[in-house]
Amino acid sequence: MTTFIQDHISDLWILATASLVAVSCALVGVFLILRRQSLMGDAISHSVLLGIVLAFLLSGTRDLTILLGGAVVIGLITAWLSDTLHKVGNLQKDAGIGIVFTLFFAIGVILISLYAGQIDLDQECVLYGEIAFVPFDTLIWGDMENGIDLGPRAFWSISIVFALVLASIWIAFGRLQTVAFHPSLAASLGINVLFWHYFLMTLVSLTTVASFDAVGAILVVALLVIPATSAYLLATSLKNMLWLAAAYAEGAVLTGYALAFWLDSSISASIAVCAGGLLFLTVTGLQIHKLRLQKQTVKTIA
Amino acid sequence: MQDFTLLNQPDAWELWLAFWRFEDINALWVLMGSLLLGMGAAVIGGFAFLRKRSLIGDALAHAALPGVMAAFLLFHSRDPWIMFSGALASSFIGFFIIDWLPKHTKIKPDAALAITLSFFFALGLMLLSYIQGLEVENKSGLDKILFGQAAAMTQDDIRLLGYVTVFILLVVTLFFHKFRLIAFNRLYAQSLGINIAFYELVLALLIVMAVVVGLQLVGVVLMAAVLLTPMAAARLWSDNLKVILLIAGALGALSALISTQISYLAPAMPTGPWMVVSLAILFVASLLFAPQKGLLQRAWQQRRLRHKVAEENLLRTLYKLCERGDFHTRSFSLADIQALRAMPVSRLQIHLQRLAKNGLASHCPQGWCLTDAGFEQATLLTRRHRLWESYLSERADLTPEQIHLQAERIEHILTDEQSRQIEAELSSTQLDPHGQPIPTATAKAGETK
Repeated sequence: MTTFIQDHISDLWILATASLVAVSCALVGVFLILRRQSLMGDAISHSVLLGIVLAFLLSGTRDLTILLGGAVVIGLITAWLSDTLHKVGNLQKDAGIGIVFTLFFAIGVILISLYAGQIDLDQECVLYGEIAFVPFDTLIWGDMENGIDLGPRAFWSISIVFALVLASIWIAFGRLQTVAFHPSLAASLGINVLFWHYFLMTLVSLTTVASFDAVGAILVVALLVIPATSAYLLATSLKNMLWLAAAYAEGAVLTGYALAFWLDSSISASIAVCAGGLLFLTVTGLQIHKLRLQKQTVKTIA
Repeated sequence: MQDFTLLNQPDAWELWLAFWRFEDINALWVLMGSLLLGMGAAVIGGFAFLRKRSLIGDALAHAALPGVMAAFLLFHSRDPWIMFSGALASSFIGFFIIDWLPKHTKIKPDAALAITLSFFFALGLMLLSYIQGLEVENKSGLDKILFGQAAAMTQDDIRLLGYVTVFILLVVTLFFHKFRLIAFNRLYAQSLGINIAFYELVLALLIVMAVVVGLQLVGVVLMAAVLLTPMAAARLWSDNLKVILLIAGALGALSALISTQISYLAPAMPTGPWMVVSLAILFVASLLFAPQKGLLQRAWQQRRLRHKVAEENLLRTLYKLCERGDFHTRSFSLADIQALRAMPVSRLQIHLQRLAKNGLASHCPQGWCLTDAGFEQATLLTRRHRLWESYLSERADLTPEQIHLQAERIEHILTDEQSRQIEAELSSTQLDPHGQPIPTATAKAGETK
């Protein structure tokens, strides 16, 4: 058993990191879907790139807290700016979102090509992420030679964010539920809907940036939206939906990893594709169920 | 570390001149391609914007990726037409999924868009990484469509781009009236017997085509902006759709011009992102400076309206003071005015000075007094105010407290024509509901009492 673990230590690290990424995204995604803010998730996951690049250029380090801070700031600016364009510029909501995130992403890409030599980020890794390299970038406690290897950096950063997401949902479950299902009721109960909106955006930014290393900008969107939607189709309560979303996410990770192993393709892309496949199965199943119900009613009437 | 700023390149000017002498035939091709794309995408994106599907271009661009990869896997060639057909096919599938999901399941339209976008993109990336692991020829450069690389475009690519954009522009001019009708009033178009489904499909096809040819230049991720931002900016300049589309096309072309210059002078700079950045700058400039709809113009108009309201309120206060003194005197001290209309002395001074500038009030030994013109204006305003109050209490059955607030607002915007109409409707125009006399329209200075 111990040799098995030693042989497959990097696979285990990858699976553990991917699972944490997928489950955190799915949990946050549930609220995005319910608040009908999936496109905001898309936008934030793109503009986080600018946050990372700027944080890196300004501070010169890849220190986790600075990266998280930069991403949160840019994520909140994206949300705020899109809303402002919608209100002040009299633009449709999605148009405002589209203008803001494409601009931020473009600036991010320009900065990367401008400081190509100084940033440990290239354009491809921005999109894919490379979860296969996660095990090689480890945190070491103590000095370089004889410190203790604590495991991959990406694993620890996503663990922290996962804990934060879990804690927020745990503590603020009631509030989040009211705001998600009935914003006007929430407002009339004296809940600050705007605060919870930006709170959710903060969680999205945090999750996105912590997942960035592992899965890249756009696959984060897949993990945010797709498992949560599958759960949305089946669930009967919020708690139920959260559990289902986490299960779908975990299922996508396991099947995706197998698929990537089989095709020798990018792990993160395969995970996202499998999430989509699971959604496809769910939709087909529901569709068949619906047809059968229709036939049955026709028969009983006849 | 090499710098890419223009200042550190002494021959930037020379390069720039060479560009405009069209010495570099390749640069000329790229310029032509970007100009065409900028215009075509802006025009067709305009219709997507009007149909309230601004981000459809984003989703379709992402959806094209697996098509390109699948076409390459099938034919092992990078011929532009094969890539184009593959991308077209998979974008179209994406389009139908986006349409189908919200109609047949409880998935919301925005979620359907995000799902399609991310799923197709993931599929494309998976195929791309699979291809890169294969032993096939000329697979390099496939990943260029992620971010676009204008410099890597061949003349075949650009010729295809040219055909497609010319086709788009032609179809849009041909079907302009139908598209406009459908964009603004679907139901009406339907009642006229226009085959909406057909034209929507044509529109979708055009959007997909624009997106697909744009991929090599701008890339998957940023294509949305090229479709969306020009229209968002152009909309601020006019109310006429034809003019708006022309402006959008011009803005698209302008951004193409700027970005090709930049990436020509500094080859490390990517064209697509610069196109998006210049479009965003054009958008912000439009948002601020456009006549009528621009923010600065709107702020200026609001300021003017605020001043007008403040001055007219002051005039009415002065009239009331006149009335109290039975029209014997028209000059009052600041304290008198403040007693009726409470505001800080400094503000009052400013408003009075502005009245003086317009010849409506002047300094006098006691403080301030109304001029003849000012008195006439004040009479007119008071008349409007009290006419409206009488009208409301007669017709709308409101309490005196309510009608006063309403009249406070309406007195600034009632026209002469309207006040005549009100006068005709009223049974008596002698006294207002508060029991104060309504001044007559012909009341001239000095003959009021």
